[in-house]
Amino acid sequence: MSALLELSDVSASYGPVQALFGVSLRLDEGKVLALMGRNGMGKTTTIRCISRLLPHRGGSIRLRGKDLGGLNAPRVARLGLGLVPEGRRCFAPLTVAENLTVAARLGPWDIARVVALFPRLGERMGQVSRTLSGGEQQMLAIGRALMTNPSLLILDEATEGLAPVVRQEIWAGVRQLKAEGLSILVVDKSLKELETVADSAVVLERGQSVWSGPLSDLTPEMTDRWLGV
Amino acid sequence: MTMNREFIINIMIFGLLIAVGIGAHLAGQGFTVTLATKVAILGLAGVGLNLALGYGGLVSFGHAAFFGIGGYAAGVLASHAANGDPLMFGFGGSNQMLVIWPVAMLAAGFAALMIGALSLRTSGVYFIMVTLAFAQMIYYFAISWPRYGGEDGLSFYVRNAFPGMNTLKPIEYFTICASLLGLALVFSGLVTQSRFGLALQSIRQNPQRATAVGIRATPVRLTTFVISAMITALAGALYADLNRFVSPSMFSWHMSGEIMVFVILGGVGRLCGPIAGAAMFILLEHLLGKVSDHWQALLGLMLLGIVLFAPGGLIGLITKGLDALRKEKADV
Repeated sequence: MSALLELSDVSASYGPVQALFGVSLRLDEGKVLALMGRNGMGKTTTIRCISRLLPHRGGSIRLRGKDLGGLNAPRVARLGLGLVPEGRRCFAPLTVAENLTVAARLGPWDIARVVALFPRLGERMGQVSRTLSGGEQQMLAIGRALMTNPSLLILDEATEGLAPVVRQEIWAGVRQLKAEGLSILVVDKSLKELETVADSAVVLERGQSVWSGPLSDLTPEMTDRWLGV
Repeated sequence: MTMNREFIINIMIFGLLIAVGIGAHLAGQGFTVTLATKVAILGLAGVGLNLALGYGGLVSFGHAAFFGIGGYAAGVLASHAANGDPLMFGFGGSNQMLVIWPVAMLAAGFAALMIGALSLRTSGVYFIMVTLAFAQMIYYFAISWPRYGGEDGLSFYVRNAFPGMNTLKPIEYFTICASLLGLALVFSGLVTQSRFGLALQSIRQNPQRATAVGIRATPVRLTTFVISAMITALAGALYADLNRFVSPSMFSWHMSGEIMVFVILGGVGRLCGPIAGAAMFILLEHLLGKVSDHWQALLGLMLLGIVLFAPGGLIGLITKGLDALRKEKADV
């Protein structure tokens, strides 16, 4: 199977402070990969490097074999990377419809399909996104990323801080996306939910990938040591 | 719902300006027609800046450069046409507004492309300073340009011509200016509601988030800056014709500040905000200017009040007032 996304020994820094010391991972077409680790271990930094919001210092990042080094964030997004950033980042003054329209690019995903995935958004189309509930904003952030018609969807803590019922709704959406064959890189703390959706996982510890494999191979000792669960 | 309400307010404000112009003409108040024309022209300059400042978050403190370029385009072309002295390549200038406006807009657009390409590499206070620096450079250039009057400016004695109209008649010139303002408002409204406009507003809200969905911030901002400058230049050309005089003061930072005041007073990012702001400014200047030379002190207090207590400007206040009225009616 061909690799959609491949990171080899990626390192990155925030100014003089090095945050990643060698992250490697591989995500195949149509698969879901969970990126795991405790807070501050480099998950979001890895995602920022993949989406080129933070340039990596060493190693390589390849999307469908194309080296992303030297490309800017909009170019990477246009290559097919849809990012749902941490913290439900919608464009607050714009309406739901405007948030979706602004990201739209040609492809199978359109507003009707996003609404079919998250029917709640259909009832809120004309509403300014800052007035949505947290869960609705998260659905909108996922919908906006889908409107870019990505070949790879990255979800960074998509269900953090949401009510259990809303989390279920979002996980159901993610499972549906997986069933439709979309490749997904997901960061989340809920091991229970990740087990239902992820084909494999990579664990980060102090900015390094320390383990990778099917989630079912994670032993209680490993989860205790690396995930603090 | 909000859009509809604001749309009605916009129509009311523009309609009020037209009504004042026509009403004053019917009442034989030529001076008031000229004041309404001045509001339309300065409002148009504000509509231009509002695109960059209100929708794009680009706090340009150098829009006087484009206002002045528009003005000087009108003045220079008109003076060459009047003197019969060729301007360049055998082109002898023009006193036709339909020639002057595109020249003014293209010249300002080109200047904005150059200024924007450099200044958009910076942000925040540095962007403000770079745009101001460019405007001041052009200001000092105009002062030291004796060919076109230098510090004394340049007078042209007959207002430029528009086919089928007598531009010297206040009401006819008002009609031209108000029509252009109306067109600029429609254009500005269409731009801000288009996908381009949404991208612009997304970038203003969070540039990094916008780039993550594939929006290229710099080209969008630069295009907006150029369009904004071209609209402001058109206002400059009209202003030159209104006064039949251009001077380096059109380029000065005071002018940039005034255009910004129109936008802030009326409501940043509100379509008709600059018209409301310009109208308030002209009204204060006219009414209080008779009482004291220091009328701008009151303007300063008003501006302070708006910034502190009504960030939506005059349009925001009107919207809030209408909301309160509706709520009161509903309660009864």
